[in-house]
Amino acid sequence: MQYTLSILVENQAGVLSKISGLFSRRGFNIDSLAVGVTNDPGVSRITIVANGDEYVIEQLEKQLNKVIPVIKVKRLNDGDFISRELILIKVHCAASKRSEIIKTAEIMQAKIVDVAQSCVTVEYCETASRVETLIDLLRPYGIREIVRTGTVAIDKGTAAVSV
Amino acid sequence: MISGAEIMVKCLEAEGVDVVFGYPGATICPFYDKIYDSDIRHILVRQEQNAAHMASGYSRCSGRPGVCVATSGPGATNLITGIATAYTDSIPLIAITGQVRSELLGRDVFQEADITGACEPFVKHSYIVKKTADLPRVFKEAFYIASTGRKGPVLIDIPMDIQENEIESFEYPESVNIIGYKPNTKGHTMQVRRAVEAIRNSKRPVIVSGGGVLLSGVKPKFRKFAEKTQIPVISTMMGIGVMPSEHELYLGMLGTHGKTVANRALHDADLVIVCGARLGDRAVASPHQMSENTLVIHIDIDPAEIGKNVKTEIPIVGDMKNVMNMLLDTIGDYVVPNQWQETVKTWKKDFFRNPPVFDGFVEPRTLVAHLSSMLRSKAILVADVGQNQIWCANNFRIRDGRFLTTGGMGTMGYSIPAAVGAKFARPTRDVVVVCGDGSFQMSMNELATIKGNDLAIKIIIMRNHRLGMVRELQDKNYNCRHSATVLQGDPDFLKIAEAYGIDHAEANSNEEAESILKGVVKSDKPFILVCNVYPDTPSI
Repeated sequence: MQYTLSILVENQAGVLSKISGLFSRRGFNIDSLAVGVTNDPGVSRITIVANGDEYVIEQLEKQLNKVIPVIKVKRLNDGDFISRELILIKVHCAASKRSEIIKTAEIMQAKIVDVAQSCVTVEYCETASRVETLIDLLRPYGIREIVRTGTVAIDKGTAAVSV
Repeated sequence: MISGAEIMVKCLEAEGVDVVFGYPGATICPFYDKIYDSDIRHILVRQEQNAAHMASGYSRCSGRPGVCVATSGPGATNLITGIATAYTDSIPLIAITGQVRSELLGRDVFQEADITGACEPFVKHSYIVKKTADLPRVFKEAFYIASTGRKGPVLIDIPMDIQENEIESFEYPESVNIIGYKPNTKGHTMQVRRAVEAIRNSKRPVIVSGGGVLLSGVKPKFRKFAEKTQIPVISTMMGIGVMPSEHELYLGMLGTHGKTVANRALHDADLVIVCGARLGDRAVASPHQMSENTLVIHIDIDPAEIGKNVKTEIPIVGDMKNVMNMLLDTIGDYVVPNQWQETVKTWKKDFFRNPPVFDGFVEPRTLVAHLSSMLRSKAILVADVGQNQIWCANNFRIRDGRFLTTGGMGTMGYSIPAAVGAKFARPTRDVVVVCGDGSFQMSMNELATIKGNDLAIKIIIMRNHRLGMVRELQDKNYNCRHSATVLQGDPDFLKIAEAYGIDHAEANSNEEAESILKGVVKSDKPFILVCNVYPDTPSI
């Protein structure tokens, strides 16, 4: 089962290593991890997407709560949150294939952000599953490089993860 | 103006620290120069790991965080085993380490080690101090974190320049405000009500006492609850001492090395009330030890322990002290059904047996069983790790004193330094160490600390020339192939004692051992008794 955790932490040295260390130490697997400062400069928000059964997730939440600089841990409920991931994909692109790739990007509502002799770079900001779809569509052309931010997520409606 | 080092000492004074255990080195020298002028006693150990164990023994007997100090690099890394030992047993500890100058951090200079990084899995929290002005807040927070919630070690790593730099004035904060640390100590009323309901409906309840009962200082109330309801009590290794061993309701330690009667009661119970215990794999090795329909109430300060090892129907997160008060207030007139009381009492008689005696040797289990009657009621027994630990856990007849051992980490060499800490915390109590010839040699260098401070600690070495517990494991699982478990080249322990100027004797029978001990246990000097034990004596 895949789940998304939003974690608010005090913005201090070593927090990230405390959290990532906890995952490896207790044998939990991380699919993606994204971190950035919030509207309060003293507080950062970490979004972790991970896999595990109910027992593992519950243990993980409890262990995260024990880390002193962790302020809040929230498991986001399926369907009740918006999630996005930013990806940049550099694709091989002979002149003859260029319009085909541009068309694919257009259909997916992705942007071409750089064009060179033999490749184009596509920028895409979507849910992780849409991102996967785009990668699948572009794979036949030959992918040179991929860089992804990891998923960030926020509750729908008025619900919020705040201090 | 006041220097960081002076501030460190003042912080310790403000926390009421009267003794610290440590070993100096270059990067912690500014602190050592200042503590020289302080009323705080500094106890020089012979290896840093023992400083952490001493702080642990001190903490467990005083109820306050113990403090240990080491220099950067190897001094700090030597502390790790002691810190990890305290962490597993939830013992509040403050470990202070010197660190290389801030501007040299990360450049692999002489005696530099990333100690906060290395200790990450074993500390409740750690600090590397970046500004001298932060020191008072860091110390205040460290003591608060170590001694509240689920207790544990906190590490403060302080670069040398931070100790040397001066600031205007010293002011110790009155309170802490850590936004991410607000431990829940009050039990949930609704959950307590559910627990009481379950207890009142139970036919065969049993209480499991863990180290948490001792850590929260709720021993008298706990006994009152057991006596009022007549619920039989079994304990984990860390919970030994919650009930006097000879109390009619006490059945002994549970688990793979525990008492048959305790395990039987756990197996047959319809309700298990787990109090301040995490029920590690040595306590409840497999779910089969409990029947499938057993209802579990788990009371613990750490929510992460509840449901981790044992399926729990009624979780109660809170300090044992608060929860026990709530239970006492609401339990009413419930008393365990007669039949269960009788059944348990019969088992207790049936399962008792006297260990066989081998001529020319001391029977360790019998000696430990008789030890208590030679000591005052509040005596502290410190057991090491190995067969000696099991002999003590199952046979020492504790009254109002303490049983100290490392339950979670099982660190050999713990007993002698922990006894030193215990003696500093409780100078008027009898402090006795029971260790094996293997574990004795892991920390016998601290005999110097005992002698140097005139500590009246009595050390009983159970000598079987073996690493007995591993050897037992090899007998059972490795076709009796005794790989590396026979101790060769051991020194004459009596001569070692003599070299340290410590009185000593050797015993080859229980009568001999007991008559020697009777003469020395209450003296104000240290003593070493070497007991020759039959090598095939089993743990249980």
